[in-house]
Amino acid sequence: MTDAPDRSHFIRGLKDGAPFILVIVPFGLLFGVVATEAGLNVFESLAFSVVVIAGAAQFTALQLLSDNLPAVIVLISALAVNLRMAMYSASITPHLGQMPLWKRALAAYVLVDQTYATAVLEFEKRPDLTPSQKFAFFAGTASAIVPLWYASTITGALVGSSIPDSLALDFAVPITFLALIAPALRTLAHVAAAFTSVALALTFMSLPYNLGLLIAAVSAMAVGAEVERRMTQKAA
Amino acid sequence: MTDIPTLKLWIVILGLGAGSYFLRFVFLGLIGDRQLPEWVLRHLRYTAVAVLPGLVAPAIIFPPATGGNPDPARLGAAAVTLALGYFTRNVIVAIIGGAMTLYALLYLLG
Repeated sequence: MTDAPDRSHFIRGLKDGAPFILVIVPFGLLFGVVATEAGLNVFESLAFSVVVIAGAAQFTALQLLSDNLPAVIVLISALAVNLRMAMYSASITPHLGQMPLWKRALAAYVLVDQTYATAVLEFEKRPDLTPSQKFAFFAGTASAIVPLWYASTITGALVGSSIPDSLALDFAVPITFLALIAPALRTLAHVAAAFTSVALALTFMSLPYNLGLLIAAVSAMAVGAEVERRMTQKAA
Repeated sequence: MTDIPTLKLWIVILGLGAGSYFLRFVFLGLIGDRQLPEWVLRHLRYTAVAVLPGLVAPAIIFPPATGGNPDPARLGAAAVTLALGYFTRNVIVAIIGGAMTLYALLYLLG
């Protein structure tokens, strides 16, 4: 049972998460459409969204599966995209770490870009919230976002097969990713990482098993971290 | 497009689900209140911008749909998407602007 104060935090979480509907619904629709284009049925598309709930990693996996790469390579590449989730997990732990294990297990399942971003802003703004109030808020944001992710995936998968080739949906994934990357280029370190990633991925494009991307990603992370270290040293 | 074998698809769905869940749960569930070393966090901050640009760059410059030849419509759409995303910081605006550019250029150049 939820007591009254927790319920009010749940509702605030719901409201703060609501603007992300504008991101989740088109993105979920697009995933459903692209998944059916790749030959998945509605159930398989939905399973992807329910089991994985991570748009960027799902698109990555789908693209590489369509390129007919081995499952191991698909998994490594898509999990690399999701490594940031480990950072979210580390960063949210001081706030939700005192909750019972089953609540932490649930929170981990719905820890995605949007719930994390909403919750972390709130927790920094209101450090005096109790862990249980924070959990209620987090549950609210997740309730605004996660069910819509499933629903929009199903809808996209249902309409997907009726979309003609002239719509050039082959380019939906690159455009979506660019749109996600561009706002993330916040600092010189982010720009340097992105530039390294592109340059090395193109240089090593012909390597088998998508190894070029792995080389590019690992090098780009190191470049980003190193640029950040030097920038903060200079500032200090 | 090649059909994806069903078994392989489910291996990827379940494997990716389990792996992603592990990444989300690892600190919250297992580590509790302890802090990560700063250098690990510093690398983790750049995973998204390190992986995603390299993933899409070949598909943008050498699109499979045009037989791997650079295509002005797709390059133009990519440039508009990137610029809109960077300056407006709005993902949806960037997607819509990029898609409109793609269709306009495909129509004009097609």
